[in-house]
Amino acid sequence: MSRLGPGLILALVVGFAFLYLPILTLIAYSFNASRLVTVWGGFSTHWYGALLQNEPLLDAAWLSIRLGFVSATLATILGTLAALALARHGRFTGRTLFSGMVLAPLVMPEVVTGLSLLLLFVGTEVERGFWTVTIAHATFSLGFACIVVQSRLAGFDRSLEEAAQDLGATPFVTFWTVTLPLIWPAVAAAWMLAFTLSLDDLVIASFTTGPGATTLPMRLYSAVKLGVSPEINAACTIMIGAVAVVVIAASLLLKRRQAG
Amino acid sequence: MRAAASFQRLGRLVVAVPYLWLALFFLAPFAIVLRMAFSQAATALPPYAPHFEGLAQLGEFLSQLDVENFRLLAEDPLYWESYLYSLRIAGLTTLLALAIGYPLAYAMASAPARWRGILVVFVILPFWTSFLIRVYAWIGILRPEGLLDASLAFLGITTEPLRLLNTEAAVLLGMVYSYLPFMVLPLFATLEKLDRGLLEAAGDLGATPLTAFMTVTLPLSLPGILAGSALVFIPAVGEFVIPDLLGGPDTVMIGKVLWGEFFSNRDWPLASAVAVVLLVVLVLPLALLQRARLRREMAA
Repeated sequence: MSRLGPGLILALVVGFAFLYLPILTLIAYSFNASRLVTVWGGFSTHWYGALLQNEPLLDAAWLSIRLGFVSATLATILGTLAALALARHGRFTGRTLFSGMVLAPLVMPEVVTGLSLLLLFVGTEVERGFWTVTIAHATFSLGFACIVVQSRLAGFDRSLEEAAQDLGATPFVTFWTVTLPLIWPAVAAAWMLAFTLSLDDLVIASFTTGPGATTLPMRLYSAVKLGVSPEINAACTIMIGAVAVVVIAASLLLKRRQAG
Repeated sequence: MRAAASFQRLGRLVVAVPYLWLALFFLAPFAIVLRMAFSQAATALPPYAPHFEGLAQLGEFLSQLDVENFRLLAEDPLYWESYLYSLRIAGLTTLLALAIGYPLAYAMASAPARWRGILVVFVILPFWTSFLIRVYAWIGILRPEGLLDASLAFLGITTEPLRLLNTEAAVLLGMVYSYLPFMVLPLFATLEKLDRGLLEAAGDLGATPLTAFMTVTLPLSLPGILAGSALVFIPAVGEFVIPDLLGGPDTVMIGKVLWGEFFSNRDWPLASAVAVVLLVVLVLPLALLQRARLRREMAA
């Protein structure tokens, strides 16, 4: 059913140009030999070399990756448990409060989440750093992970679980051999989402971090505050490239699985 | 029987672990913010007084509640004006995102089925790239003698720099750009499911394409419009990064005020009061809506 008139093609072109032109210009100017952002001084990979010498930025990137890894894993485990609780356990005491707490971070302004967690950490005199940011990220991405897994649990044949239990499998074995393999794609997607949310977050990390734990967005933010530079463009280009490869690979993989 | 009992035990654990986590890291911090909002700033470290000492002395606690912060929020125009300004910017962002997102989603839904998957991936892709990067890209374009000025001058359209950076227009542009995927995806989801036969029926009955759109497509896509608008409007109200980087001295949104009170003025109680009011304005109506929806689902 190809009914794309000229108006609709225009809508597609304008929409996607708006989405992609800013990113494409950013990438283009990361290869600019000139330091000036308006003057094209020829093609160069100079800024990528400079990036490799930028120790603080590399440290921040490494910290962000580790942090994203731990917090995404925590968020996925907790989010999957929360999804199981909401999808499988019918009514339990405090269910409304529970679903409210799971979903609230989705609509909570980041400044509020960050402020409240910092006040908790200060009040309990916990030393702030890697682990406080990890806990904060796991808490706010838990809700996102829960929604992704929950949607998979909703369209899922429960008789398989019942059959396993009738055949004498313990609940744990049932979960491990039946439920988990079936919801696995959603669990993986939830992990990826949580990882990206953590890698992307500036506000919550700024509130909950301590000395020595400067994340990549915090480093980029202070650099951006000082003005544009081709080196930031180069750093951004690498991040965009990594994300593009992962997202496109994931969607191709998913497509193949659906087709096969 | 034994299996059922152990299932129950496991079930309790499944509920208990995330429940405890959220009680500790979501509910408790929120209670502290609430308490802090009723405290006074002190030049101590940490910079607030009095210290919160548990719920044991509830009576004393209530008598100590200090509404000074809220009085300040109500009386100082800086605060309520920035609340109103945030709502205005979020509203404008939502409308603009709808104006750009609707035609895009409509065109995507009308595209041949085999293209749709890839078009969706291309809408989502910018969302996966860092928020900061997308805002930074606009700084390069909008700043004086940036890409926009240079291209307009090159084309002979303008001679003077536009000075768009650090204006409200720049904030709006950055907001619409960042939140557009949140508008497009729910719109696309409803428009794709729309039965095209209905449009043909309307046409057969003599409706012009415009009438058919207004009376069939638009009402049927209302759920998508509402979902997309909520997904854009809600985070836009509390936005901090975009007004901070693209805005100027007169684009004071409430997220920025909270940030400033906390990090620059170090007035933690006032920052907490700002947070409480922000939640009451933004989250409470949503929570009530969600409750009503849950009630309906439970009843059904």
